[in-house]
Amino acid sequence: MADTILEIRHLSKSFGSHEVLRDIDFTVSKGDVTAIIGASGSGKSTLLRCVNLLETPTSGEILFHGKDVTGRGVNAPEYRSHVGMVFQSFNLFNNMTVLKNCMVGQMKVLKKSKEEARQTALRYLQQVGMAPYIKAKPRQLSGGQKQRVAIARALAMGPEVLLFDEPTSALDPEMVGEVLSVMQDLASGGMTMLVVTHEMAFARDVSNQVVYMSQGVICEQGAPADVLGNPQRQETKDFLARFRNS
Amino acid sequence: MEKLTKLFADIQVLLGTYGGAYLNGVRNTLILALVATAIGCVIGFLCGILQTIPHSKTDNMVKRVLLGLLRGVIRAYVEIFRGTPMVLQAVFIYYGLPYFTDNAVRFESVWAAAILVVSINTGAYMAESVRGGIISVDPGQTEGAKAIGMTHVQTMVNVIIPQALRNIMPQIGNNLIINIKDTSVMFIISFTEFFAAHRAAAGATYKYFPSATVEMFGYLCMTLVASFILRWIEKKLDGADNYELVNDDQLVMAAGTYNYPDKGTPFDERHKPSRDTVIQEVKLGRNRGER
Repeated sequence: MADTILEIRHLSKSFGSHEVLRDIDFTVSKGDVTAIIGASGSGKSTLLRCVNLLETPTSGEILFHGKDVTGRGVNAPEYRSHVGMVFQSFNLFNNMTVLKNCMVGQMKVLKKSKEEARQTALRYLQQVGMAPYIKAKPRQLSGGQKQRVAIARALAMGPEVLLFDEPTSALDPEMVGEVLSVMQDLASGGMTMLVVTHEMAFARDVSNQVVYMSQGVICEQGAPADVLGNPQRQETKDFLARFRNS
Repeated sequence: MEKLTKLFADIQVLLGTYGGAYLNGVRNTLILALVATAIGCVIGFLCGILQTIPHSKTDNMVKRVLLGLLRGVIRAYVEIFRGTPMVLQAVFIYYGLPYFTDNAVRFESVWAAAILVVSINTGAYMAESVRGGIISVDPGQTEGAKAIGMTHVQTMVNVIIPQALRNIMPQIGNNLIINIKDTSVMFIISFTEFFAAHRAAAGATYKYFPSATVEMFGYLCMTLVASFILRWIEKKLDGADNYELVNDDQLVMAAGTYNYPDKGTPFDERHKPSRDTVIQEVKLGRNRGER
């Protein structure tokens, strides 16, 4: 069995009396690309935010290399520096240039030297095709460009897992492609990724594990060919049928 | 017309005799306003940052009690110093301290008292502005910083405060200009600023109106220069409207994937910062100066 990086066990999350996630269980191994699909409000994003501890789970465990990170006394910032996150709304730092965005975390969190941070940042910006824009501020970029910078910023931290929270949902249709192709490159480079997405083609072609969520529970999970190609549950079939028609 | 000629003649007489006093007043006013606004900003930032420390019900008891106490103290400070006239605050502090300590604690220099009073007054207003400035920064910025592993302090220092500072620049400007004018009430503790020069000159010559004209003109000049400089600083903070492409990859250029940022208006997508500032100004209004 491959190296297990993340193990999510019996994870639940409630906001007040509203139960958003119920008893979620799944495992992510090194090199896995897991696509989390499901209707809006099914808890996909909350699940991802729990994995990054941006939301505190109500109960259950998240094991990172076998160690529970949900308990008290866990150094959350330290853990987060190993788990990159790319947001739907980019969340680039508006007060910094593209280059600075990719350097600040390395310098402040990983305590790298300025020159080293610069080299690493440039390497990843090159990889996502944003190297010429290092002097631009986020407000001067298009959505697709911002998202590619956000991916470079996450990569520059050298994460073991990269979480994507609907990375293409806020983009104009013609910009979706450029972001997805960057993600595809990452996946073929062996990056471990957890992707919440509405792009069924991406889930089918790039991922090796698909998790279908509905109303806060995992309804079906498995290889993309099984879940997407031959769904067992009626709910999954209905959900996928909506995509096929559109 | 002859009235105007008379006015100019009177002003000339005044400036001949009291020109030095007026200039000295301008100097003192500017120094007091600048120093007190700067110290006030520091106080305001401290209060604003302390007030926005995140807290949750799961924190331990000690932290919650301490934070609650801190909020209470800051709240009281803001309400008291925002809610009473600065003239009275000056009297209270300048005469009150020696009164209660039998002259053990007193101000050797009227400068110290004046700077103290104006600073804590400005600080009380700035505390609220800074709090507003911090709250108005998109929560996504905090999440982005947390997601790359920054601690609360690192997030504040590197991401939130710089943006909050930009947001509240108009408020800092407001405070500086208000301080230039309102330091005139410091005559109550016999601080010789610009308005004190008017009292001296007009008292001795009975040329009230000509002296007031000099004062009006002087104050307007000071505030205009201040607001010009502040606008310039804001522009500097925003940085350039354009950016250079770092052209080290010919393929990228050939592919035509670069674009030129347009000039834009404050209300389109590209110009979010200036739009935010406009919204911010509308929201905060001018909440000082009407005291």
